[in-house]
Amino acid sequence: MGEDYKSMWMELGLDLDGHDALLNVLAQAYNDIFLSQKDRPETMSYFDFVMSEVHGLRIRELLEEKKTGRKIIGSYCVFVPEEIALAANATLIGLCSGADFATDEVEKLLPRNTCALIKSSFGFKLGKVCPYLESADMIVGENTCDGKKKSYESFKSLVDNLYIMDLPQVKSEQGRELLKNEYFRFKKAVEELTGVTITADSLKDAIRTVNAKRAAVHRLSLLRRHDPAPISGLDALLANQIFFYDNPARFTQSVNAICEELEKRVQKKDGAFPAKTVRILLSGCPQAVPNWKLPAIVEQSGAVIVGEESCVGERGCRNLTDDSGNSVDEMMEAIIDRYFKIDCAIFTPNGERIDHIKEMSKTYRADGVIHYGLQFCQPYLMEAIPVERALEKESIPCLRIETDYSMEDAGQLTTRVEAFIEQLR
Amino acid sequence: MNFAGIDIGSRSIELVVVDEDEQIVSALQADTGFDPITEAEKLTEQCDFDRIMATGYGRNLFEISFDAPTVTEIKAHALGAKTLFPEAGAILDIGGQDTKAISLFANGKIRKFEMNDRCAAGTGKFLEIMAGALGFTIDEFGRQALLAEKELSISSMCTVFAESEVTSLIAGGENRHEIALGLHASVMRRAASMISRVCPEGAIVFTGGVAKNPCMITLLEEKLGQKLLVPDDPQLVGALGAALLSKGK
Ligand code: SF4
Ligand code: SF4
Repeated sequence: MGEDYKSMWMELGLDLDGHDALLNVLAQAYNDIFLSQKDRPETMSYFDFVMSEVHGLRIRELLEEKKTGRKIIGSYCVFVPEEIALAANATLIGLCSGADFATDEVEKLLPRNTCALIKSSFGFKLGKVCPYLESADMIVGENTCDGKKKSYESFKSLVDNLYIMDLPQVKSEQGRELLKNEYFRFKKAVEELTGVTITADSLKDAIRTVNAKRAAVHRLSLLRRHDPAPISGLDALLANQIFFYDNPARFTQSVNAICEELEKRVQKKDGAFPAKTVRILLSGCPQAVPNWKLPAIVEQSGAVIVGEESCVGERGCRNLTDDSGNSVDEMMEAIIDRYFKIDCAIFTPNGERIDHIKEMSKTYRADGVIHYGLQFCQPYLMEAIPVERALEKESIPCLRIETDYSMEDAGQLTTRVEAFIEQLR
Repeated sequence: MNFAGIDIGSRSIELVVVDEDEQIVSALQADTGFDPITEAEKLTEQCDFDRIMATGYGRNLFEISFDAPTVTEIKAHALGAKTLFPEAGAILDIGGQDTKAISLFANGKIRKFEMNDRCAAGTGKFLEIMAGALGFTIDEFGRQALLAEKELSISSMCTVFAESEVTSLIAGGENRHEIALGLHASVMRRAASMISRVCPEGAIVFTGGVAKNPCMITLLEEKLGQKLLVPDDPQLVGALGAALLSKGK
């Protein structure tokens, strides 16, 4: 890190040794996986910078903002509406949970057979290594899968600022009503937290800010339709991950700068990989930082990932919020409409997701789909089989992967992925 | 010109060399041991070839040491099996550490595949340990199991639990042949369900070390309702596929 942030981390109560260890692993992985790639777009240096400062400069910024009275809200799910946080003078940060940490401690609170994502969120707290978590004024837990909603009951004993948001599981009128009530309740809670009342103007502004950010990432995604793909899947995934941490306006600007470079690349037919490289769509569980295992294996095996049907990806950001409303209520309705479209596997039935995967396969001209499920994640693993069946009907080959954050199965995964790529060639 | 394929598996290494006419000119085998690369090197020194391609779980090690191209076991097996049996529609390969089921399109391209994950349940290793627990050699294990009059069901497929289950069954005076048949049957059921998941059409080729086991062949044929095609040397199929690929097939 460019500067000495030690005192800041200490003030946040981080465990410096554990934190150092985490940062070392992160830096090493980043080096091996990202910086070693060939033909990266130059504008990617912005993301490299953000990643290198993810626990440094960005935290300092947030703490500066806090001094001016701004609040920080941490969330674990894309169902927590950023618009509402922003409109009430708060910053929403996605808490990552992409690496095993303090597993022994975690297993005192959670069963061993819990998905890696949930375990990781506990591990980061128990190991005191996440500066975002420690600087958050409010942490939002949501009742999505059984694993998460039950684990928040225990998580409550670890943090004193946990706010639980209920979520529907059926896309019915009652389901929407539930979401509506919850979003209004959340709005009130955020207003109480910040002491700022959301106005039509502030909400409109917030919607525009978040829309711009989503539109930029979507613009980046669409560039990946081209062959050769102008950007690697790993780099694009990084953009999707940084989406959850960075200052929204700056992020938007930087992603648009990358898009401009990529547009030129597309014209010149410059690719991150040669033309005709096997194209993969990755679909399934969210991929939080620094969970890069599967994408790295895919691209190191010689295929290019051209899309992510994931909450860290298209599922999380494809839809924009209608900003034409004139009152807070109208815009709240638009927000509810927007979020109600998210096709998370906790919904039943969830046919929209399958349609979306098919649609993405076509848009991004994927040769095959890799369905990524975290071990013990019931919603996504259960959807994997119907997804595979539906894709087979369309003659789109699909490989189902079930894994976790450990490297134990890296060899096995490589064989599967390589064989799948050979199958598609 | 001669073309070689080397299959570096967890238990054994196979090397096959084919000539321009795709005829096998040499076929060698060795135990993987602790140092697969030295073993592989010894094998390669015993025969002449102009190009070599590696497959199997040790392929990447070989690639680094010998600067050779690699191919996955899946593709190598598919090609090897399809060459030996042009009518093949699917391949079941049960090796030392993993089980694979692969289905093919009529043109020989891979349609779908499945592979067991991490643990050794249902693989050659499992059978080897169980044979040991029952006091049979691995070569006679299958023949001995076929002598049983009925199957004694085994409840666990976990190598560790199954081993202690076998020990206590023996201690309880149960018939060794019946236990052996029970063990074969549980491995067979796993393999059969894996092969059916890849939706095979047409003939199934059975490869890998476990394909030398007569009991496994019999049980699988009963369950799948068809004769299996078993190569003379079922362990060579992957290496053969790699050799053919190195020839550019
Ligand atoms: S997968 Fe579902 S629960 Fe997880 S972040 Fe996405 S919407 Fe939320
Ligand atoms: S949806 Fe799956 S991966 Fe996500 S938290 Fe729940 S169980 Fe874990």
